[in-house]
Parts: sequence; structure tokens; C-alpha cells
Amino acid sequence: MSLVATLMVTARRDLLLAMRRKSDVMVNVFFFVIVVSLFPLGVGPEPALLTKIGPGVLVVAALLSTLLGLPRLFAADHADGTLEQLALSPLPFGLLVSGKILAHWLVCGLPLVLLAPVLGLQFGLDGETLGVLMLALLIATPLLSLIGAIGAALTLGVRGGGALLALLILPLYVPALIFASGAVEAQMAGMSTGGYLSLLAAMLALAVFFAPWATTAALKIALE
Amino acid sequence: MKPHPEKSLSENSAPRFSGRLFHYSSPQTFYPLAGKMIPFFWVAAALFGIAGLWIGFFVAPTDAQQGEAYRIIFVHVPASWMSMFIYLVMAAWAGIGLALGTRLSGMMAQALAPTGALMAALSLATGSLWGRPMWGTWWIWDARLTSELILFFLYVGFIALQAAIDDPRRADKAGAILALVGVVNVPIIYFSVIWWNTLHQGSSVSLTRSPSMAQTMLLGMLLMALCFWMYAIAMALMRVRAIILERERHTEWVRAEINLEKSNALE
Repeated sequence: MSLVATLMVTARRDLLLAMRRKSDVMVNVFFFVIVVSLFPLGVGPEPALLTKIGPGVLVVAALLSTLLGLPRLFAADHADGTLEQLALSPLPFGLLVSGKILAHWLVCGLPLVLLAPVLGLQFGLDGETLGVLMLALLIATPLLSLIGAIGAALTLGVRGGGALLALLILPLYVPALIFASGAVEAQMAGMSTGGYLSLLAAMLALAVFFAPWATTAALKIALE
Repeated sequence: MKPHPEKSLSENSAPRFSGRLFHYSSPQTFYPLAGKMIPFFWVAAALFGIAGLWIGFFVAPTDAQQGEAYRIIFVHVPASWMSMFIYLVMAAWAGIGLALGTRLSGMMAQALAPTGALMAALSLATGSLWGRPMWGTWWIWDARLTSELILFFLYVGFIALQAAIDDPRRADKAGAILALVGVVNVPIIYFSVIWWNTLHQGSSVSLTRSPSMAQTMLLGMLLMALCFWMYAIAMALMRVRAIILERERHTEWVRAEINLEKSNALE
């Protein structure tokens, strides 16, 4: 089986499962919307202030809502033994896991990228800034899913999984947060965004290579 | 294919793996060795500490710009150094444990984590105490303070993950993966925080622009760093002995050891 076909085995299955249980996806999306809407209520409706904090708020909310979906990434498959069968199958486990991460991004990450400009309008961001915001989130959200998968695998079947996952993963999300919101702020300040986006993409390239590998190692420990 | 020898490492490892290093990789042989080493490291820590504090408080000149308040760097800088260094050592032990499957390596990583977290916390506390007279605020989002804070979170995550897993073998391996992922991320986090800081930098005072340091100040700082280093080793060894006893409590040798200690205490 070719590389892409193997990847698609689990990706297609997880997407199908997500489509059958749409509420899980919607919960994630609405969480994102609610968190973003809370900030103006907290800091006040002053437009200048909202424009200033907008990029950061959107990226932090994307980060939290990715985190919310992470415990589901392996939990169900671990509970019903599917994960063990995947690990035992002759197909490379790393690719199967990558397929699951891809599906997680398509379900939890991509909707945020598409929704971000709408929410960005509430913060008074202009058209070009919204474009940069989408691009930055498009690179950052798969990075969040990849790093998060390591944490999800490490906390699989562990006491206090959700809160522990946040504790493990949020510090590792700091670079993604800095560069994604940095790109948008640079655009607003009239500076070049190339550096930020390139660094984000470089981190994504690193994560695409290493994260499935670390996730696989962590899953094998959890399955022992 | 030859059958695997059934003899476990802890019984007698010297003939198969020649060399002292592997001989002491078994908890049973390392336990008494650690017990013998601990007093030396405590003595060294005390000596370096006395010398360093004496230089720091009485010999080093008063700083022209910062007055006497700068003397907190004799604790702050060594604590920061050690917090980063201990993370590296911890990740190295974790990696060795993952690669070679040695039980003691995971225990060492687990024993080092609280000391590292303590160093990071100490560095943050002294940093903010120092910031109050220098910058006029308790906390400043300086690149170094921020990355130290994130390092502290990484330590807390490592300790929390190990505490949440009941099976010690799984806890060791999961912790090892987290430590290795962390060690890849630490430089990325550090540089991203510097970048973030330069983007947002207001009118704060930069640490790097301070004038070059007097020789005695540097000497005092180095002595204090050695003191912290020795303290960290002594603490880690004490903690690893406790971990060994806890994990190996069902073995014969631990029972014998505890009975010996009991009879010594009675005498």
C-alpha cells in the first residue's frame, strides 16, 4: 500500500466517525466562538484596545479549542482495543497515527481557520490582516494538532487526563502562539510577515517529521 | 538462535557487562554507593556556599548603579543556570533509560525533577525580588524571566505526568518521552520568547546591556554555582535512594537493608 493510501486508512475512518457524531465537532467550534466573545466582555468594547488584543485572543482561543479536542484523539480507540489492532497491523503504525492526527486537524483545526476571519471582524481587523490571520492559523493549527498528539498519547488512560494534558502541552504551544500572533501584529504594524510565517512553517516541518514518531513511541508505552 | 540468559542484571552484572559503569546501573549496587557519596557532596556544597556567600557579601564591591541590591544575583544567576542544566541532565538520563532500558536512569530523572523545579522557582522569586528595586515592578515580561517561567511549567508537567501514572515503568518511559520532547523545544521556546520580547519591548532595562562584571563578582557567582551544583547532586542522590527503596520494597535486599537500619537505630 502506498504512503498516502496508508495515511488515508485511519484519516478516512476518523473523518467518517466525526461526521456520524457531528456534535463533537460543533462543541469544539462553539467553544472557540465563546472564548473569543468573552474577551470583549472582559476588557471592554473600546475598538482600539480590541484591535490590539484581537490577534492574540484569536490564537489563544484556537490553542485552547484544539486542546479541548485532544483527549478524544486516541481515547475511544484505546478503550475498544482498536488502537492495539492498529499497532499490531503490518502497516506502519507511525503512518496510521499520522492519519489520525490529520483527521483531528481537519475536524478540530480547519474549522477554526475558516471561522477566524468572521471573529476577527468583531475585533475590527481589516481585510489584509484577516488574510494573514488565516494563513498563520492554517500553518499553526496542524502544528498544534501534531504537538498535542504527543500529549494525548502520553496521558492516555492516565488519571486526570484532561487537565494533565493541558499542563503538559500548553508550555510547548508557546512558540506557535508567539509566531502566529506575531505575524498578524507585524501585518498590522506594516512590517513584513515573511519571517514569522517561515518560522511557523519550519516548526511545522519539524513537527511533521518528529511528532508522529514521538506519538507512536508514547502510544506503544501506553499499550504495554 | 541462542536462548536469552535468564539471569537478571541486578544479580551479578559485572561479568557480562565489563566495566564499573554498568555494575552500578543496578539499584541494588547503586544504593550503598549513593549513600557513601552523599556526605561528600554535602560537605562540598557547604564549603563552596560559605566561600561564595563570603565573597558575595563582604568582598565583592558595591555596584555603582545598583547599590547593594544587586547581591541577590549570587543566588539568582546560579539558580537559573542550574534550572536549565538540570533539565538537560534529566533529559539525558531519561534518554539513556529509554534507549538502554536501565531502571536506575528513570529513577535518576525522577529524582532530579523536583530539584530542577525548585531552582526554576528560586530563580523566578529572586528575579522578581531583584526587579522590584531595579525596574520598579515585581514582574516584567523580560525574555529571560518568561522563558524561565515556561521552563518551570515544563518541570511541573514532567512531575505531574510521573505522579499521575501508577506503574513506575510506564511513568519512567512516558516521562522520558516528555523530557526529550521538552529538550527539543527548550531552545525553540527560548528564541521565540526573545523574538516576542523584541517585538513588544517597551522601555524596560535590558539585562544584557549592564556593564561588564568585576572579577570578584564573577568568582562569587561561580562559587555559588558550584555550591548549587553540589547541593543538586546531593539532593538527587538522597531522593534516588528513597525512590529505590520505595520501588524495590518487595525485594530481599531492601528488606535486609531496612532490618539493618532498624537494628542500627535500636543500638
